[in-house]
Amino acid sequence: MSEQAVSNGPLPVVPYLKGAGTEDPYLEGLKCSACDAIFLGARSTCSKCGARDQLKATRLENKGKLYSYSIVYRSFPGIDVPYISAIVDLDGGGTIKGNLIGIEADPANLSFDMALDVVYGDALGRKDKAGNSYISYFFKPAV
Amino acid sequence: MSDVYVVGVDMIKFGRFPEKTVPQIGSEAALMALDDAGLTIQDMQALYCGNLGQANAMVGQRILQEIGQTGISVVNCANACATGATAFREAWMSIKAGVFDCVLAVGVEQMGRGLLGGGGGGEGIPKEGLLGSGTMPAVFAEAGMEHARKYGTTFEQFAKVSVKNHHHSTLNPKAMYQIETPLDTVMNAEMISYPNTKLMCSVNVDGSAAAVLVSEKKAKELGMGRAVKIKASVLASDPYSDRDLVMPDVNAVTRIAAKQAYEMAGIGPEDVDLVELHDCFATAEILHYENLGLCADGEAGRMIDDGEVALGGRVPVNVSGGLLSKGHPLGATGIANIYEVCTHLRGEAGDRQVDGAKVGMTHVIGLGSACGIHILEKVA
Ligand SMILES: [Zn+2]
Repeated sequence: MSEQAVSNGPLPVVPYLKGAGTEDPYLEGLKCSACDAIFLGARSTCSKCGARDQLKATRLENKGKLYSYSIVYRSFPGIDVPYISAIVDLDGGGTIKGNLIGIEADPANLSFDMALDVVYGDALGRKDKAGNSYISYFFKPAV
Repeated sequence: MSDVYVVGVDMIKFGRFPEKTVPQIGSEAALMALDDAGLTIQDMQALYCGNLGQANAMVGQRILQEIGQTGISVVNCANACATGATAFREAWMSIKAGVFDCVLAVGVEQMGRGLLGGGGGGEGIPKEGLLGSGTMPAVFAEAGMEHARKYGTTFEQFAKVSVKNHHHSTLNPKAMYQIETPLDTVMNAEMISYPNTKLMCSVNVDGSAAAVLVSEKKAKELGMGRAVKIKASVLASDPYSDRDLVMPDVNAVTRIAAKQAYEMAGIGPEDVDLVELHDCFATAEILHYENLGLCADGEAGRMIDDGEVALGGRVPVNVSGGLLSKGHPLGATGIANIYEVCTHLRGEAGDRQVDGAKVGMTHVIGLGSACGIHILEKVA
């Protein structure tokens, strides 16, 4: 069972990360056709306007801007610190939270609205009980 | 509909009581509030009990098993950090509805140590430290940094909140801590989640608080001498906001509740003499000066710089020491806030008394989100 799972290649860290293990991973949102609100994860009703069955899958952009952040120095055992917990507004809509990497974790290096790329890679070596590895998304300063 | 009054209210000194059970801790405050009202458990027609940690374990009934099983109606409620305020509001509503004349509200919590929130859960692998942080210090740091983004609020201004609230608690014998923490001590304390240092995070403590609420008819019978009138009781949930999925919005929910509370009380923010608000983290307190209308948007940093929210200032905030230093036993916090405001309105707050206090406000936020606001007024 677990052997079979491992042979299927890396899994997505969240269900809305699509194309895990391909050359073209991306994040998928659900957009309400009635009010344009964008959601992450499965749902059938829009919590902004209440419209039912109006949510359409939409590919989110891999570029965005730093909206807010915290630099985390104390976390749970086994988690490397410090790291930057970043809230990022994606170009074209949608807001996601994740680790900002590729830059020293110091407020002096961070400015609001700095341009960021969404990048994809192994989920810091974390594996599930069956031994599956995972693909996660991260933010990096835009190149 | 009858007006509703608090005729008895008290809290235990917050601390750590691993040797006691949750109902034992709750019973202490319940008995103290009954004594304060000059009433007994036999006078109570219902009990509204707030507790989070044992939300499925009938804490209210177990309190009655400690102090008197009279067969009355008991409601147990859980609403994150708004739990105590929710229990108090349910009690208020039962009298407003004309069902009861005299009821008891108790909030109680026994806490573990350490970080709240985060941890992951769900399928697959843990997400903490991979998809950012879900720990409470980080979540409220991010909310504070949103204010920094809008208005240039500084680490030092956030830290000043903690200096103020720790100072206030040196005057409150029921607070967990009575120690001064100067600005450099706060700023140089262990960084937990920038910009919140350890001294800018609320203290996990055990505690309980309780109140006896009565109808106007009952209050007149008992004597209005130390009664406090409940001018407004409001509970709001978080409205949709664009970033709500990844960034809980503690602002919009507070603004909805505050607007309703002022309308219900028929007053404005300028009429409020003191406020006990939800300083779960120093960053959060700054946001709520504006959310509660104590100052205009963008003025919160100046307000803490100018000392307007310190004891002796224009509108003292968290003179109890707040969650940062009095402590934050989740389910008890909402009623402990009400105890603090009532104590000032009764002129019984000793060294930390806000002079001439006639109207006070309490505010709590349960992340998820629930916002409970009460406005209380001196009677006699
Ligand atoms: Zn919609």
